[in-house]
Amino acid sequence: MTTATKTKKTLVVEENWCKGCGICVAFCPKSVLEIRNGKVNIKDLDSCIQCGQCELRCPDYAIYLGGD
Amino acid sequence: MPSNLVNEYFRTENLPHIWCPGCGNGIVTRAIVKAVDNLGLNREDTCVVSGIGCSSRASGYLDFNTIHTTHGRALAFATGIKLAKPDLNVIVITGDGDSSAIGGNHLIHAARRNIDITTIVFNNNTYGMTGGQYSPTTPTGDKGTTAPYGNIDMAFDLCKLAEAAGATYVSRGTIYTTNMLIKLVENGIKNKGFSFVEAMTICPTYYGRKNKKGEAVDMMTYLKDYAINVAAYDKLTDEQREGKFIIGELYKSERPEYTEEYQKIINSFAEEV
Amino acid sequence: MGERFVKLMQGNEACVDAAIAAGMKFYAGYPITPSTEIAELSAEKLPRIGGRFIQMEDEIAGISAIIGASIAGTKSMTATSGPGFSLKQEGIGYAVITETPCVIVNVQRGGPSTGLPTAPAQGDIMQARWGTHGDHSIIALYPWSVREIYDATIRAFNLSEKYRTPVILLMDEVIGHMRERIELPTDEELTIINRKKPSCPPEEYKPYKVNEGDIVPEMAGFGEGYRFHVTGLTHGESGFPSSNGEVAENLIRRLVGKIEDNKDDIVEVHEYLLDDADMAVIAFGSTARSAKSAVDILRTEGYKIGMFRPITIWPLAEKQLEELSIKLKKVIVVEMNVGQYYLEVDRVAGKNTKVEKFGKVNGELITPEEIVSYIKEGNHA
Repeated sequence: MTTATKTKKTLVVEENWCKGCGICVAFCPKSVLEIRNGKVNIKDLDSCIQCGQCELRCPDYAIYLGGD
Repeated sequence: MPSNLVNEYFRTENLPHIWCPGCGNGIVTRAIVKAVDNLGLNREDTCVVSGIGCSSRASGYLDFNTIHTTHGRALAFATGIKLAKPDLNVIVITGDGDSSAIGGNHLIHAARRNIDITTIVFNNNTYGMTGGQYSPTTPTGDKGTTAPYGNIDMAFDLCKLAEAAGATYVSRGTIYTTNMLIKLVENGIKNKGFSFVEAMTICPTYYGRKNKKGEAVDMMTYLKDYAINVAAYDKLTDEQREGKFIIGELYKSERPEYTEEYQKIINSFAEEV
Repeated sequence: MGERFVKLMQGNEACVDAAIAAGMKFYAGYPITPSTEIAELSAEKLPRIGGRFIQMEDEIAGISAIIGASIAGTKSMTATSGPGFSLKQEGIGYAVITETPCVIVNVQRGGPSTGLPTAPAQGDIMQARWGTHGDHSIIALYPWSVREIYDATIRAFNLSEKYRTPVILLMDEVIGHMRERIELPTDEELTIINRKKPSCPPEEYKPYKVNEGDIVPEMAGFGEGYRFHVTGLTHGESGFPSSNGEVAENLIRRLVGKIEDNKDDIVEVHEYLLDDADMAVIAFGSTARSAKSAVDILRTEGYKIGMFRPITIWPLAEKQLEELSIKLKKVIVVEMNVGQYYLEVDRVAGKNTKVEKFGKVNGELITPEEIVSYIKEGNHA
């Protein structure tokens, strides 16, 4: 599990659950995410606008905005 | 550590789920849970009933009163549960094959009775669990392992079926328009009567591969581009409508609910005494 | 309370009254002759006692609905006949593996398929045992009179609750439609068994864990504060699916064992004039009524003959049949089929005694005279 913090919310990745489908990467409006070694990776947290699109569409509950 | 929502409503000890990479079923399942959370339903008083197929595995991951029944029969089991204990919130999770082929008759009659059950159909246009055979919602011309030369059947419009059969709430959403899907499930649950929500989802592993629809992202993009909201759809020309499908709330009406009508019969005898 | 009612009652009617006395609060089914009176009377009587009836869209929906209702904590029943019994096999298997108490009445008629809709038959004996796929055991009872239908229906509910299993109540067109004057038991005379509810707090509840000293797992109902999962897939104590071979083996052996290991409790037989007999007729349901008359006739002519009548058809009365076989020279299995229960009798008793069969499948009752004629002269009907 990796976490990255920006302001109030935390973008959390549950790597064990990620199946690397790339849906979150493709529909992230700010290109925050990438697939690395078959799993989602946060490549540019500073650009994250905390819209939560990744969490809404992650079929595996492997990425979410947590801890407000 | 999963999100609060997942922690609260899922049996996290059973995750990760069995669905393939890019399968949309997880998105629909989360949308249902989010709707339940938004409505503040009590988990103890909520039942999730599913049939057989990929989507129907969802019940095992959800921390409610859950029952994974036999193929096509989820609505028949759910009818027994609801009638035996009308105070329970009953949600049925089913697939396109489960609900409209083997279980088609149960769908028609549950809708006809307007029994207070919310049915969410995970429509992936194929039989995924058995390896990609064509289903009643596979578009004409598309391929399945049992339609190697292209499907010659007409695809079922499940929402029209539900409306004609007597459902009092009918809507369609997609896994791309997730917030809308959550709202549709919420409104379905709120409707006192039979609610039918068709969730258009994707099966990249079988349907997608067999029909050269690309990866999960490509199939999501298709949903994004071809699903048109009901208000916008009305304004399109026939030409513009080509290949598109409607999403949103398609039908709403009010009609006596089955368990309430039955309760009136019971009450008529209670008054007699 | 304590009042004893005497009534002229039809068999199907006795079944409904007994089911209500046993605690039935839910009935779901589909109309089929010759069981329809059970649905009609349930529709009339259930709402009067706060219960619920629903006519479903088909037979499978009927059994599915009663299983759902039972899991929601309500004693439930459905009734059908041959073609409907075939359709209900799917649900019976589900009730077996999920250990859901429910009662399925099969008022038998001639088959296969649509067969002889209003004529009696006993052709579903083996289907009651093996109709659903996969390894399993089952309880099936078969009364022979209106009063015994009453008792057997209550017992069917009690056994289903005690052993958490579907129980099949076999009848046939004759006893289902027959009217007899019966004396109903008083409330004090009735023993009603209810499923054992969980004794532990919800967070410790394992829906398929058998506690020490118990036969079956404790059963919570939906909406009672215990959130649990039910599945027709092979499952362990947690109730969640498992494809582990050991889990599957343990589950199936436990499901079979809970019935086969408790035969002394489950099996009920009726023995008539067997003490000094050297020959016996084995029969059940309406055929046993003719068999008893045949025995009475033959006794007047000096035959040392008796009747053995299994009231519990399944599990098999193996011990009783074996004991019988040791002391008798011959047993004749008389049934309205071409020889179904006979196969089991021959398997168990055949090594010790001569086992013969006598049957009819023309939709007519086997008469006492036909049985007498067969026994005296070996005449087949």
